[in-house]
Amino acid sequence: MTEFIVNQWWLVAIVIASLIPLVMRIVSAGLLETLRTLDRRWIFLLLLWAVLIPIYFIGVTGRTFPEVPSVLARATFDEIDRLNPGDPILLAFDYDPPSEGELGPMATAFVYHAASKKLRMYFMALWPLGAQMIDNTIAKVITPDFRDLVYGRDYINLGFKSGQEGVIKVVVTNLRELYTTDSRGTAMQDIPMMEGITNIQQMKVIVSVSAGYPGTKEWVQYAVTPFPSLRLVAGATGVQAPLLYPYVPRQLPGLLGAIKGAAEYEKLVVDAYGGANADPKYLEALRRMGPQLVAHLLIITLIVVANVVFLIDRGRKR
Amino acid sequence: MRRENVFWMALLVIGAAALLWRSAFTTEGMGREYVRAVPVANGRWTQSDPATYGEYQGAEAALPAQTEYQFSLPRTIGLWLAAFFTLAIFSFLFGDNPFYKVAEAVLVGVSAAYWMVIGFWDVIVPNLVGKIWPALVRAWAMPGLSGPEAEPSPSYIVVLVLSVMLLWRLAPKGGWIARWPLAFIIGTTAGLRLIAFLHGDFLVQIRNTILPLAVIDGGVFDPWLSLQNLLIVVGVLCCLVYFFFSFEHQGAVGATAKAGIWVLMITFGAAFGYTVMGRIALLAIRLEFLLDDWLWLIDPTGRRVAALLAGGGLG
Repeated sequence: MTEFIVNQWWLVAIVIASLIPLVMRIVSAGLLETLRTLDRRWIFLLLLWAVLIPIYFIGVTGRTFPEVPSVLARATFDEIDRLNPGDPILLAFDYDPPSEGELGPMATAFVYHAASKKLRMYFMALWPLGAQMIDNTIAKVITPDFRDLVYGRDYINLGFKSGQEGVIKVVVTNLRELYTTDSRGTAMQDIPMMEGITNIQQMKVIVSVSAGYPGTKEWVQYAVTPFPSLRLVAGATGVQAPLLYPYVPRQLPGLLGAIKGAAEYEKLVVDAYGGANADPKYLEALRRMGPQLVAHLLIITLIVVANVVFLIDRGRKR
Repeated sequence: MRRENVFWMALLVIGAAALLWRSAFTTEGMGREYVRAVPVANGRWTQSDPATYGEYQGAEAALPAQTEYQFSLPRTIGLWLAAFFTLAIFSFLFGDNPFYKVAEAVLVGVSAAYWMVIGFWDVIVPNLVGKIWPALVRAWAMPGLSGPEAEPSPSYIVVLVLSVMLLWRLAPKGGWIARWPLAFIIGTTAGLRLIAFLHGDFLVQIRNTILPLAVIDGGVFDPWLSLQNLLIVVGVLCCLVYFFFSFEHQGAVGATAKAGIWVLMITFGAAFGYTVMGRIALLAIRLEFLLDDWLWLIDPTGRRVAALLAGGGLG
C-alpha cells in the first residue's frame, strides 16, 4: 500500500486537493455546522473517490479481495456442473448495456462454464440489445478461448424476438413457431444443432441473465411453473434480485444477485476451470468487489454520521 | 462571471490540457482504437475486427510494415464520444448544464431510432411479412428462410388487419377503430398475466410457504433449517396479519402486525442495499471505462501489455 501511495503520488495529491475546501469549511464553521448544511455534491465527490481509488488500486496492483461462495452461488454452479458434455442449455440474455456492469461478468462466467463443460449452447434474447450482448460474450469467451467449438454445431445465437413473455409462452412448446432462422439468417433445418430441437423443454437447464422485464420472473411464470421439469438458474441485477428470492429453491434452484453473486460464481468457475493463472477477463466481478467494499463503508459511515447529527439536534431542541 | 461558471471553465481548461499532454507528450498515449483486417469468405473483401493496442504493438515489432493491425479512426472517434457522453452525464451531479442536456437528447433520440429499426427488421419483416408472403422476404431480406417455417400462414392476415386498425388512431377520422385491437391486446395480456400470477406467484408461493417446522434429515434434527423455515412461516403470517384490516390492530393482532412491519422493513432495507450495490457497480464500470479504455491509466486485462513494455509502464 505504501509503495502504491508513493508511486501514485499525483492521485493522492488530486484527492487531497479536491477535499481542501471541505476541510477549510470544517475548520472555519465547525464540524457539526458543516455536516448539518453539507452540500450533496461533497457526498458525490466522496463517493467518486471511494469507487475510483479502489478501481485504480486493483487495476495497477492486480490484487482482488477474497470471496467465499454462498449457498445460492454454489447451487447455481452445481446445476450447470452436473450436466454432461453435449447436453443442451438455453442462455437467455435479457439485458442491455446499462446493466452490463452487473450482468456482463455473470454472462461471461456462465458461457465460460458452459463452454468448459462442452455443453451445447442455445442463446436467445427478449431484449432488443440482448442479441448484441450475446455476440459480445461469444467474441470475448468462445472465439478466442474455445476455438474448437463450432457455430451451429456447439453454439447458436437465436437472436432477439419481440413479444416479451409471449415469446416464452410460445417457445416453451414450439420453438420454430417464432424462430424460423438464427440471428445470422440461416434456416433452422440447415443448422446441425437444431436437429430434433422443437421446444425449450428439451433444454437441460435454462440460464436467465436478467435486468428486468421481461426476464427471470417471466421465465419462472411462463416456463418453469407450467413445466416443473425445467431447471432454471438466474443472474439478476441488484434491483431485481430481492423480488426473485421467493422463488428459491423450488421454482428457481440457483440465483446470483448483483455483482456479489457474480463474484462468487466467478470464483467457483475460475477455481474449477481457470487453472492457476486465470485470464484476468474472467475475474471482472472479483475486481469490482473492491469499489463495492469501500463505497459501502462510506455509505454506512455517512448514514451513521447523519443519524448522530440528527440525534444531537433533537437532544438540543428538547 | 458567476463563481460556478469560473469553476466550470477552470475545470474544462485543466482537463483539456491534461488530456492534450497525455495523448501528445507521453510515450504511452491514450484513447486509441485498433482493428485487425480479416478477409471474408469470398476473398474480395476484408472486415475489421476489434484488436487491442497490445496486439498492434506485437505485430509492429514482428513486422514493421504490416497492414493486418491498423489504427482505426472511426472507432477512436466512437471511444472519445463515449467518454464525452459519460462525463456529460456525470456533470449533472454538479448541476444542470448544456452538456448534460445534449447527452440526454442524444440518448433518447438514438434509443427511439434503435427501437424503431429493431421493430421493423426483427418483428415486422420476419414475423408478419415473412409469414404472409415468405417468398418476398426470402428474395429481399432473409435468404435463409426456407423449409416448413417458410410456408405462408394466412392466419397472419388477421394480425395485419389488427395492426392497420391500431394505426388508424393517427387518421383524422375513425379513431374509434383503434379501440378494437387495443381491447384485444389488453384482454389477452390481462388473461395471460392473470393465469401466470395466479399459478406462478399465488398458488405456488402458498405451496412454498408450507414448510416443516422441525426438519429431520436422515433421522437427525437440523436446527438451522428448522429455524430458517420457522422464520419464513412466521414472517409471512405476520405480514399477512398487517394487511388484514377486518380487525382493529390491537392486542395480539396489533403485536403481530407490528412484527409484520418489522419483517417488511427488513425486506425493504435488503432491497435498498441490493439497489445501492447495483448502482455502485454501474458507476464502477463507467469509471473503469474512463481509466482503462480511454485514459489508459490501468490495464487490468493486459490488453496493452506490449504497450507497457514499449512505453516503460503506465501510471
